[in-house]
Amino acid sequence: MKKTIEDKLFTVAIKPDEKKNHISIIRPEVCLRQCGDLNRPCTFFCPAKVYTWENDAITVAYNNCLECVTCRTGCPFENIDYQYPRGSFGVQYKFG
Amino acid sequence: METINTFDALVAGAGLSGLTAAYVMAKSGMKVAVVERGAHPGAKNVMGGVLYCQPTEQVFPEFAREAPLERCIVQQNLWVLSETGALQTGVKNQAWNKQYPNGFTVLRAKFDKWLSQKVIEAGALIIPETNVTDVIMENNTVIGLRTDRENGDLYAKMVIASDGVHSLVARKAGLKEEWKNNQLSLTVKEIIVLSRKQIEDRFHLTQDEGATIECVGDATNGLMGVAFIYTNKDTLSVGAGTLLSEMIRARKNPNDLLEHFKTHPCIAPLLEGGKTHEYLAHLIPEGGYHAVPKVYKAGLLLTGDAAGLVNSFHREGSNLAIMSGKIAAETALEACQRGDFSETFLSLYKKKLDESCIMKDLKKYANAGSFFEKRNHFFTLYPNTAVQSATEWLTVDSVPKRLKQWKIIRSLVRIRPFFGLLSDGIGALRKML
Repeated sequence: MKKTIEDKLFTVAIKPDEKKNHISIIRPEVCLRQCGDLNRPCTFFCPAKVYTWENDAITVAYNNCLECVTCRTGCPFENIDYQYPRGSFGVQYKFG
Repeated sequence: METINTFDALVAGAGLSGLTAAYVMAKSGMKVAVVERGAHPGAKNVMGGVLYCQPTEQVFPEFAREAPLERCIVQQNLWVLSETGALQTGVKNQAWNKQYPNGFTVLRAKFDKWLSQKVIEAGALIIPETNVTDVIMENNTVIGLRTDRENGDLYAKMVIASDGVHSLVARKAGLKEEWKNNQLSLTVKEIIVLSRKQIEDRFHLTQDEGATIECVGDATNGLMGVAFIYTNKDTLSVGAGTLLSEMIRARKNPNDLLEHFKTHPCIAPLLEGGKTHEYLAHLIPEGGYHAVPKVYKAGLLLTGDAAGLVNSFHREGSNLAIMSGKIAAETALEACQRGDFSETFLSLYKKKLDESCIMKDLKKYANAGSFFEKRNHFFTLYPNTAVQSATEWLTVDSVPKRLKQWKIIRSLVRIRPFFGLLSDGIGALRKML
C-alpha cells in the first residue's frame, strides 16, 4: 500500500515554532490571478505538502516544512519568502 | 579589535565541508567558530548516504576506526528499470572490503555529530541553534557574519561559506544568483528499518558489507533522475529524485515518485516488511561545471554545495565537500600568514580547485547534463527497450536467434529513426567520455 506524505511526516521530529511563521506568500493576488494557468506548482512539488490551495488562497502549513527550500526557486513568480526557522526550531533528523 | 566576537575565521554551516574547513584551520592554530542553525551538527543535514574513504582519510586518518559508519560498500549496482523488469549491472569486489575500503554508508545525523566532536577537540568553537542573517562587509570585503542572536555580530579575517545549496552568505555577498530549476535535483528519502539478517540475505552481503543500487528509467517514472537503495547496518536508505524542472513539467510530487519506485516489482521484495522510521527531503545542486559560481571574494570562500560542487554522474558530493573544505582552509591559513585577504590572493583557492580532480571531473561532464535533459527518451524509451530486448533475447520460445536479433533491431528502429539512434549514441559517448 502506498504511503502518503501525511503518514510519513509522523516519522519526522519537527519542533514547531508557534510564534513565527518562517514562510510567507509575498503577494497573494499573484497566486490567485497569475498562477492558476500554471497549476500552482508549490501545491504539487513540495515534498511535505506545506502548500495547499483553499478558498482562493495558498495555505502555508509551515510546521510540516522539511527545510529543503525547493519553493524558493520552484515558485514561478518568486512569490515565496522563505527564511529558515529560528535556531532550535524546525526539523531535527534522527538518522539523516 | 580583539573581542570575544572576533575570530581568525568564521564558518557558516556545520556540514561536511564546513566542519572539515574548521577542523583543518583549528588544527593549524587558527581561532575558528562555526555557526550552525541546527540543535547540533547533523540535525539538519541530509545526503543519499555514501561517504568515500580516500578524501576523508586525508583529513581524518582515524575515521574508519572511530566514526559511526554503517556498511563498507563492496557492491555497486546500476539497474535500468522498465515497468515490469530490470536490466541489472553491477560490480562486487572484495578489493573494496574493510582492509582497503572505497566508501561507507553513513547516517549524517550520527556521523556529523562525531565529526563535530573532532572539530571541538581541535579547538574550534561551534555555535549551534544560530541562523546567519547577513554578511558584514566593509569596502567590498567580507569581515563578518550577522546572526539572529542578541549582539550576534561576529567578526573575522576570513569567512568560509559552507551553508549549503541555498547559501545565504553567497547570495548576500553578491557571488550567486538563484539557481535555475534545471540545475537542482529534488530528492526525498526514507529510512526503512529491517533486521541485519534480512538486509544481508536480501542483498547477498556478509557482516558489515554493504551494497548500493542506483536505478534509472521507470524508477523515476521516466523523468531525468535517479532512485536508489543504500544498505545501512539495520536500515535501508531508499530515495528518488529528479531535476526540479522535470518534476514541475510532469506535475509530480517527489513522494509519489518514491512510492512508485518502492512498489516496482523488482524493488518491493527488497523492502518487504520494512518500517519507515524517517522521511527526508533535500535539494541537490546538480548544475555541474557551468553552474559553479565565482567561489571567492575579498574575505570569503565558498565550499561544498554552496559552491555547487556535486558530480551527479558519479554520485559524488560528500567527497567534493570535504576536499573543497580542506582546500579552502589551507588557502585561509596562507592568507592569515600573509595577512592578505584580498580577492586577488584568494583567487588562489579557485586555482587549487581547478587543479584538483573536483573541477577536472565537473569539466569532463560539463555538457552531459543538458544533453540528457533535452533527450527525454534516455529515461523512457531506451530503458524500456533495453529490458524488453534482453528479455526477448533470453526467452526460449523456439524462435531462431537470428530472427530474434532482427526483431530487436527492428524494435529499436521503430522507437527512434536510425539517425536519431546514431546521434544519441555518438552524442552520449562524446559527452560522457
